[in-house]
Parts: sequence; structure tokens; C-alpha cells
Amino acid sequence: MGQIFNRSTNFISKVTIFGAFFFIGIIIWLLLEFNRSSYYTQAYFPREQPVQFSHKHHVGDDGVDCRYCHTTVEKLAFAGIPPTKTCMNCHSQIWRDSPYLEPVRESWRTGKPIKWTRVHDLPDFTYFNHSIHVNKGVGCSTCHGRVDLMPLTYQVASLNMEWCLECHRNPEQFIRPKKEVFTMDWPPQQWDPSPDKQWHQDVEGPRLSKEYNIQSTGVLTSCSTCHR
Amino acid sequence: MAELVQLKRAISPREEDSDSSRELVDPDSSAVDAQSSILDPPSSILNLRSSILDPPSSILDLRSSILDPRSSGKQYWRSLEELAGTEEFQELLHREFPENATEWNDPVGRRKFLKLMGASFALAGLTACTRQPTEYIAPYVRQPEELVPGQPAFFATAMPLDGLATGLIVESHEGRPTKIEGNKDHPASLGATDAFSQASVLGLYDPDRSQTLTHLGDIVTWPAFLGAVRPAVDAQRAVAALKPAKGGLRILSGTITSPTLAHQIKTLLATLPTAKWHQYDPAGRDNAREGSRLAFGQYANTVYRFDKADVVLSLDSDFLACGPASLRYARDFAAKRQLISGKREMNRLYVVESTVTNTGSVADHRLPLRPSEIERFARALATSAGVQTGQSAFLMDERRSKWLTAIGKDLREHRGASIVIAGDSQPPIVHALAHAMNQTLGNVGSTVIYTDPVEANPVDGMASLRELVTDMDSGQVDLLLILGGNPVYDAPADLDFAGAMRKVPLRVHLNLYKDETSELCQWHIPEAHYLESWSDARAFDGTVSIIQPLIAPLYSGRTAHEALAAFLNEPERSSYDTVRDYWRRRFAAGGQEPPIKVGAPQVAMGSPGAPAATQPAATSAPSQAASTGFEQFWRKSLHDGVVANTALQPKTVALKSDWSSQTSNPERPTADAPFEIVFRPDPTIHDGRFANNGWLQELPKPLSKLTWDNAAIVSPATAGALALGKRVNGFSTNRMSSIGREILADQIELQYRGRKVIAPVLIQPGHPDGVVTVHLGYGRTIAGRVGSNAGFSAYAIRTSDAPWFGAGLQVAKTGGTYSLATTQSHHLLDAEEIGERDIVRSGSLEEYKKHPTLGPEGQHEPGEQASLYPAFEYKDYAWGMAIDLSSCVGCSACVVACVAENNIPVVGKEQVARSREMHWLRVDTYYKGGQTNPDTYFQPVACQHCENAPCEVVCPVAATAHSAEGLNEMTYNRCVGTRYCSNNCPYKVRRFNFLLYQDFYTASLKMMRNPDVTVRSRGVMEKCTYCVQRIQKAKIDSQKEDRKVRDGEIVPACAQACPTEAIVFGNINDHESRVAKLKGEQRNYSLLGELNVKPRTTYLAAVRNPNPELGSE
Repeated sequence: MGQIFNRSTNFISKVTIFGAFFFIGIIIWLLLEFNRSSYYTQAYFPREQPVQFSHKHHVGDDGVDCRYCHTTVEKLAFAGIPPTKTCMNCHSQIWRDSPYLEPVRESWRTGKPIKWTRVHDLPDFTYFNHSIHVNKGVGCSTCHGRVDLMPLTYQVASLNMEWCLECHRNPEQFIRPKKEVFTMDWPPQQWDPSPDKQWHQDVEGPRLSKEYNIQSTGVLTSCSTCHR
Repeated sequence: MAELVQLKRAISPREEDSDSSRELVDPDSSAVDAQSSILDPPSSILNLRSSILDPPSSILDLRSSILDPRSSGKQYWRSLEELAGTEEFQELLHREFPENATEWNDPVGRRKFLKLMGASFALAGLTACTRQPTEYIAPYVRQPEELVPGQPAFFATAMPLDGLATGLIVESHEGRPTKIEGNKDHPASLGATDAFSQASVLGLYDPDRSQTLTHLGDIVTWPAFLGAVRPAVDAQRAVAALKPAKGGLRILSGTITSPTLAHQIKTLLATLPTAKWHQYDPAGRDNAREGSRLAFGQYANTVYRFDKADVVLSLDSDFLACGPASLRYARDFAAKRQLISGKREMNRLYVVESTVTNTGSVADHRLPLRPSEIERFARALATSAGVQTGQSAFLMDERRSKWLTAIGKDLREHRGASIVIAGDSQPPIVHALAHAMNQTLGNVGSTVIYTDPVEANPVDGMASLRELVTDMDSGQVDLLLILGGNPVYDAPADLDFAGAMRKVPLRVHLNLYKDETSELCQWHIPEAHYLESWSDARAFDGTVSIIQPLIAPLYSGRTAHEALAAFLNEPERSSYDTVRDYWRRRFAAGGQEPPIKVGAPQVAMGSPGAPAATQPAATSAPSQAASTGFEQFWRKSLHDGVVANTALQPKTVALKSDWSSQTSNPERPTADAPFEIVFRPDPTIHDGRFANNGWLQELPKPLSKLTWDNAAIVSPATAGALALGKRVNGFSTNRMSSIGREILADQIELQYRGRKVIAPVLIQPGHPDGVVTVHLGYGRTIAGRVGSNAGFSAYAIRTSDAPWFGAGLQVAKTGGTYSLATTQSHHLLDAEEIGERDIVRSGSLEEYKKHPTLGPEGQHEPGEQASLYPAFEYKDYAWGMAIDLSSCVGCSACVVACVAENNIPVVGKEQVARSREMHWLRVDTYYKGGQTNPDTYFQPVACQHCENAPCEVVCPVAATAHSAEGLNEMTYNRCVGTRYCSNNCPYKVRRFNFLLYQDFYTASLKMMRNPDVTVRSRGVMEKCTYCVQRIQKAKIDSQKEDRKVRDGEIVPACAQACPTEAIVFGNINDHESRVAKLKGEQRNYSLLGELNVKPRTTYLAAVRNPNPELGSE
């Protein structure tokens, strides 16, 4: 009985065997990359909102402080979404007839809340606390990006655990002076007029970390710090 | 071991110095003289009894086993099965879960199952391809002041149980009450809570609660109800005018201490002269009330000061775990025996009791007696204490007279610093004897304080109910209003409440549930839960708390105030208005009870605006200053949870001259019916009102560890005499099922006064012989999805003349068996190969003084170098816990507190029987000594947070890891459910979600959950986290203020609930912390320390203070 396969098919089988390893590797790599992709994490996808609210306009153009609306960011885990009342503080005076603001006025009239779409949505088993970050010199823009440049808000971070750990492992690479926490443009192009006072994260970071009593990496990367 | 027994028998063939065997043979041997025949049962009965109890063939086995409590070689044992060393028990030692627990017992075959699993495994990866669903945020339109989303608020309120209040602080998340804590300022709580109040959040959100007002089962509106009731009430006025008056309105309520509600009822009674008010609680305190009336000729309330008492004698009183002041008493009692920071003094507790209770379990001396014998004992003791009981002294057998002498002496030596307390189930004469002893011993004024009654209108509840039934039977009742309670179910069987009630033309029932009573009432009004109500109630010492709602009624429930308002011509008056107006008037009257205004508020129906105009005179007259004064008073009272200066003042009462003339002469067992029966409220579901509360149903009962059922509890000797259970090595033990972990209990028929009920038998060490204990509250037929058809109803054989105990019980074995899910043999720590491990350490005060570690000789924990791994270093915090076994009274409030705080699911009876209960914290009960009257020790065991944790090293996915502060963390989202960790845990504290136990779908239950703790799903391991959410909160708070966490700032749920402060948590790196100091005590030891796992939770050995004159009895 003659051989069914020609000798040359050995080459094919070798390629197949080695190829399989590469193939599996590629699949795993693809899966991991998919997990990090903004398709999956929804980073950089602006969300549709019931009101075309622009952070760019309010923060960037008008210079409204973050804390005017997100009132509990320094005190609680939840930064706070402003009640309709906060909108109406100004918009009962200005842009009173703007059609864009009709949902706000309607909420105010009827007492029904505005249903905002959540942009930064952590899984339910993760417990993030805004106040401790803000109080330890983690700036808004470090995680939320340049919100002052966003017409419709989107997340700039993947919010993967990998991304959280990036800072929890090396907080000194990200923290800034507490008084600069709400500054959007950070690190500054020009920290101080004198050239020897330029902002150097690698110098200032460890100093601030010590000054603010930032917990050790061991504590910050313990599971129960975020998962309860 | 059989040889060992034989050998012992050979050495001392007729040795009879064991307590129980003497008790059994005593009557035969002693010459029965005339006097003792008065007090002792006729000798023929005893002959019979002893012949029942001593079957000739097995008597030697039985005796020798009793003689040698360690016949299984154990000093401490957890169950009779362990003591006897049954095969099933050995099997259980080897397996954490029973053999068949993990098997696939479904109609679906194995092949099909594997196919399905294969397919689902292959497709499981696809679930990762979904993105998170979009979430929405709906902020307030106008945010209320001080209500901040994400910030829990705490409000003071109070929970009434049988009328008496326990002050609480309730945690509220965005308006949803989620967790109950005790109110430190409230005298009945002092910051502690009991299992009932902890579980009441589940009661609030129970989806089975009555949700609609119904008339004959049809949903109707409140105006329709008013339309039916108004004419009936108006007709009553006409009836009242008739001479002779016929018929009338009857109000049936539980015990009422609420000043406002009592005022409303009294107003109604004043309006309608023919109306009457009856109060009945199936587990009420009639005996205590009647006892004070017998002794003093008037109702008086007794307040005990255990913080000043050095010697305490309890006459069948479970004061540490039952009753309105148990939390306070337990705190005061435990504080007097805490051996810390060099203290070497302890109080001493003697307990004489007719069943097994928590109080008896922690006693220094415990004497189990038949319930009918307690009165005789009390009389004899009173005589020896110098009280003129008017009757000659009684003779007792040698052992009891030794007890009497010793207790009498001890009490006399501690004049003014002792307490004699009688149990609520003992007849009035025993209470009167206790009062007389306290007077003679000079305790009154120091440790025993009398006040006016706390009840608004103290009555003998049983007599009150009997009168109501008579009236109903004779057709004198036109209209019956039942304010809470379930009398059709829980009234004594001989009264036939249901039959009498059917003769009442119009019946209105207000209750939380549509239950057995609602079925027989035309009108059912859903009641507002106390967390939804405005009301007020008094504590055991009279302190008033305003009950304020935490949430608007979920199901448009009405309070008793609102139901009464409908009868008072104020149909739309809210309970807030009623309560506030009452206190305004009381405030204006300088704290005195305001006068009753008859017929003043005549408001036309259906004008809701009108109620405000009902008190024009009261509101407009006082000056502005007075009203701001009231406003301050009101706000302060609400904020503090107590109304200042409302505790009742001590008053002097004098013993009546003829108090001792009454004899109750309890029935004695007869030859036909040699047994006595004891009724007790259930330790977890009380009188049946909590039957639909899954947390309480699944809470193992403190001693029997039974869940989801009640049982007829008997002693091993009685079981042996009746051939119940399984006989192994001369022991009568509960029969364990060979496949599961349930008890296959023999069923018996209890025949008592012509009524019968069938009950499963549970054999309980320490129970008095010849007595059957049954707990009330089970056998509900219409309780809800959780509570219906669980257990048997002890009310079916309970009669009004002997509601708590009686003789004449006949017991017959039916031949059937019934499965009881008890956790007593779950999660065993012993290992057969090793023999007895050092699990519980205990000793007497004398031993402690000599040998303060109380540990076994020659055993020590391995040193630092015994581990291959380098030791962890902890720079800042190292969390740890110390549990003082001396203080733990086994009340199990901690277990329910843990369930509430950590979103722990209920699994149901069948799953408990498979050892799958999810409680992170369990309270193990250990016995020491013989089975007739063993010493009992409670040991709460949760995750020990080991330094060298065996679970951490075996997890393949690092789901359980060591935190930098020494916590043994469990990360649910990583867990893949291999269960290796649980397998490797020597303490058996890890719990696996075998099935989807958590109810993700019931809307009301979603509101109940603690938002700070992940809700776990199927296939995930979980365990105690030391309440890491509370640790993180305190840490974040402290870091924001740039300081260290203060000692005592973090209190885990279990420690917060604990009435005796047995559990202490803190930073062990801080040598000044309470926990570090406790760990520095010499009695501190590690559970299974020899394993070198270095647990962070350590225990302090239990120390008891026995009277040297009584020895170790």
C-alpha cells in the first residue's frame, strides 16, 4: 500500500504544529488587546445624554469649579451628580428659553429627575472612593482627562484593574500638590516663572507622597482596598 | 472503649456517687418519711419512673457512661454523638460536607449533565465579550438638606417587643434602613442589640408582608373601611345608652407601654362605656406582674442591678437572653465577671432551671429540676434565708439540701449585693418568694429596685383573654378590634378563641401579615412596621423612646394609632400628629399624663384638613416660648432616642402580711402520665411573630443548634427510657443520617390534657429528666413563604391554666422519623487521628489564680522559626480580634448582625441539612462533663485571619490573599470556586455558594442590602472579612484628617451587637489598644495554635466561679 502523504507534507505538519502555538498565542494576545481596546472599555466614546451638557463650555469657557456641581467629591466615595436645582441656580437667569435646556426645565417643573447616562462605570464589586484620592493629591484630570476640553463627556481611562494598579503601585508618579487637584491643565507647561522651579514629578512626587502619608504600595495593592 | 467501660465496672460495680444516678435511685433507698412525701412525688411513681429509666439490661452501661463523662476520651464535646463516638460522627470528622452533598441528585442523568456542562464551559468565554450594560444616574431634582447620596444617615428609634422597647440606631442609605445598631444612650440597649432587632430589617422588607387593606379577601380602600366602621362605632354609642347595656366594642392588643396609644385607647373607652380593652401576649410576663401583686398587693415593676450583685440566683429565669432587659442585664452581669487587667474577682451565678437556657449554660452552678420542683426549692431556700414562708421547711434529697445550704450561705454572706430572680414562666408565688428573699437579704434598694409598672394598664393577660373569650362566646361583643397579634394561632387551645371570635359580628384585624387571624376577620388592615411608624414605647425601667419612622410605609400600612383614630372620629389623623400632640400636651402639663378629653374631637368624616383644628385650644394658648421649648424637647428626644427623665422613680413597696398563704401546688406526675411539659418562647422566632423571617429561622438556636424547626427536647436518660434516638455505647444520642448532616429524629405523640400533637424528638444534654420542652411559635399555617408549615404548633396543647409548664404529659413513640436540620455537628474542628484538640479552655477561678493560662500541660505553640516562609511585617496596622469566652452568653445576636451587615443569604432547611449554611460567624457550643448536667461553653468562630493562612497558599487564582495589614482577604470576582481553600481551612469558616442562594430578583430585598458589600452569586467562596468595609471607611476618614485610626473607631458588626462586649477588635500593633491588652492576658490562647497558622482572632479562656462548698457540681 502506497503512502498517502507525500514527504513534503511533513513540512506542512511542522508548520501546523509550530503554527498552532503561535496561533494560540495570537488568540490570547488578541483577547487581551480586545479587553484593553476602547471598543470594550468604551474609553473615548462620548455618551449620549438627555441634555447636551458640555463640560467644555462650563469648565473650560466659564471656569466653573468641579466642586460647584460635584459637591461631595472631597467628602464621600461618590463625587455627586448635581440635582436639577443646581442647574436652575443659573439657568433660571440665563439661557432661560434655550431649547437645549428644555429637559432641565421639564425636570424642574415636574419633579422628575434627569436621567443621565453614566460615563465612568466601575463594576459593582469594586469600591472606589473619590474623597481619599482627592485628599491625597490625585487630581481630577489624572483619571478623567481634560474634561474642560470635552463637549460631550467620555472616559479617557480604560478603568481596567491594570490601569488602577499603575498608580496604586507607584502613586508618587501621579500625585500633585493638594491645592492643584482641581486644576485641569496639569502638569503645567510653566510651573513657576523661574526655570529652576519647573515641575519635576520624579522629585516632587516622592516628596508629596511622604508629606501626604500615602499608604505603602503593599496596602494600596491589597485586594480589600478596592474589593469588599 | 467497651473494654474500658467493663474494666471500670469491675472496679466499682455499684458505685453510685454520680449525680444523676443518685437522683434516680434516691427515692427507693431513702426512708420516705411523712414530710418528704409531701414534697416528693409518691414513691410508686418514682419507682415507676426509676424502673422506666433503669431498664435492667442497659442500666450498667448507662450508669457507667454517666459515671465516666469521658468515656469517649473527650473532655469537651459538641454533641451526644461525639460523646458516644457514633460511626456517623467519625464519618463527619473526615468530611466537611456529607458524602452526597456534592453529588448530582437530579433527574437529569450524568451523561446529559456532562454534555450540558461541556457546552456551557465552551460558551462561557463568550460572556466576556459583552460590555457592561449602560447605567443611568437619576439625581434629585431638589436635594433634601443633609441627605447626601452615598452618605448613610443614622436615626434613633426603638423596637417594641411584647410592648417593651429596645433603643436602636438605624443606618439609612438614601432613605432605606439597612442595618440596626443599639443605642448607647438607651438603658435597655447600651449599644447592644438582640437577634430580633437585628433581623427586623428583613421583617420590614419581607415581600410576604400584608400589602393591602382587605374586606373578606377583596382589596378595598381606606374610606370604604371607614364607611363600614363608622356606623358600627356610632351604633355602639346607642348601645351604651341602653340600660342594661348589651354588647360592645372590644379591643385586643398585646402588652402596651406606649403612653400615646394607651391614652388613645383610654379616650376611646371613655367615649364608649361598654367598650373594653384586653391585653394578651402569648409570651407575656403575667407571672412577674401577678407575682408582684401577690407579694405587695399592687403591681410593681422590678429592675435588677446586676452591676452591683456579687451573687445571683436564678429560679428558672433566662434573664441573660430573654425578656425586655436581657441586653442590659447581660452587659451588667458580664462586666462583673470580666477578668482583665489584673482583676481577680467575679460574681457568682446559680441557676435552677427546668430546661436548658443560655443563662443556665453560663452559670457557675446549674441545677436542672422538674418545673414543678422549683417552687419547692424556692420555698426551702426562702426558709433557709430566713423568710417566714408560713410553711414548714421541706426536706430535699442530699444533693439538693447541699445546694440549699451552700446557696443560702452565699446569699446571706452577700447581703445587699445579691439578687434572687424568678423566671417569667414560674408561677406568681415563686416571684413572691424571690421578692421576699430579696427583702430579707437587704437587696431592695441596692440591687433590686421597684418602680411603678411600665405597662400603661397592667393586667393578667391570660385572665384578660379568658374574659374576652367568655364575652364573645356569650354574644356580648359586637365589634372586635385586634391591634397586632395573632390570637387565633397563639391563644391557648382550651379557650377556643377562633370559635368564640366567629360569634362577633364585625371583626377587624391589624397586623403585619395576613395570618391565621386575618383569615377569620372580615377586615384586615396592613400594619406599618415599626421602622415605618411614629409611636412611642417604654423600656424595662420606664424610659420612653419616641419611635420614629426610617421610611414611609412600603405597603400603605397603618399604625395602631391610625387604626384607633378611625374609631375615634379622627379617621385621617396621622400617627405623627397623634404622637406629637400627645407629647405636646404632656410637655405643657409639666411631664404629667394629660387629661383625657371625651368626645372633643368631633370631626366630620372625610375632611383631612380638619385634624389640625382638633387641638386649637392646646396649640394657640401657650406662648411662643413654650412652643419653642417643646420643639427643643421634641427634637432632643428624637435625636437621643430617649425622652429625658422618663425612667420610673424607685418606690417603696412592703410585703403583704399574707403573701405566703397562697400555694400553687403544682401538679405532680402521675403513673399514667409520668412526664412534665415546659413551654418556652422560641429562642429565634419568639412567639411565632418572626416565623416568616428567614434570618431568624436559619439562626441556629443557641443550645440545640436547630434551624427551621422546633422539637420536643428531652434529656438523654428520658430518651433512653422511651427508646428514642440511637443507642451507642450506652448513650442515647440523636440519630444522624448517614448521608447528610441532619438528625433523623423519632417522632413522638405528646398528649397533654386531652390534646395531641406530633413532634420530633431532640436529645439535649443537661435537660432535666422526665421533662419535655417544646418551643412556641412553629406550626404556622398562614405565615408566608418562609414560615408556613415549619415545625409543629405547641399552642395546640397549651392551656390557659398552665401556660408555661404542667404535669400529666403522656408520650408515645409513633414510629415515624422526621429530619431536623441542626448545625451542631457541622464544621467540626476535631480530627480523629489527633485525639482531643485544645479548642476550648476553661477553668475555675481558683484554677485561674494558680495557673492563669488554663491551657493543657506541656503544650505550646510552635515558635517563630517554625515556618518555612518569612514572617510578614506590618508597619502601620495589624488588625486583630479577641473573644472572651468568659463573657459570651451564646445569644447569637452577632450571627444575625453579621448576616445583616454582609448581605449573607438564607439557604433553607434542605441546604442547612447538607452543611451549606452561609453564616460567616457561628457560635459553637461545647459541653464538658457528663451528659446529665454538663458545663456549657460558647465559642463564636469566624475566619481567624491566620498569619500563615492555609487557604492562601492553595488558591490557584490568588482569590484569597494576605493583605498588608494582615487581613485574610477574599476577592469574590477572582474566585473560580475550586473550594481548595475551604478544604484546607482547619477552622471550617469558609462558605461556598453551592447554588444561587442570593435573591437577586425580589425588589424589596434589593433595598435591604448593604451597598458597601458585594452581593455574591453562585460558585463563589466567601467568609468573614472582619467587616473590611468598616475598616476601610475608618481608615479613609482618618487619612483625610491625617491621623491614625483611633482605638474603638472600627467596630465589626458582631462586636457592635454583642451585649456582653465579648468581642473586641482593633489594631494589635498599638499596644495601648483594648484588643492588644486583651491579647496580653494570660488566658489568651489561639484556637488550634499548635498548627502554627497564627490566627489573628484569639480567645480568652472561660473562667467560672464555682462555690468551693459545692465543688464541681
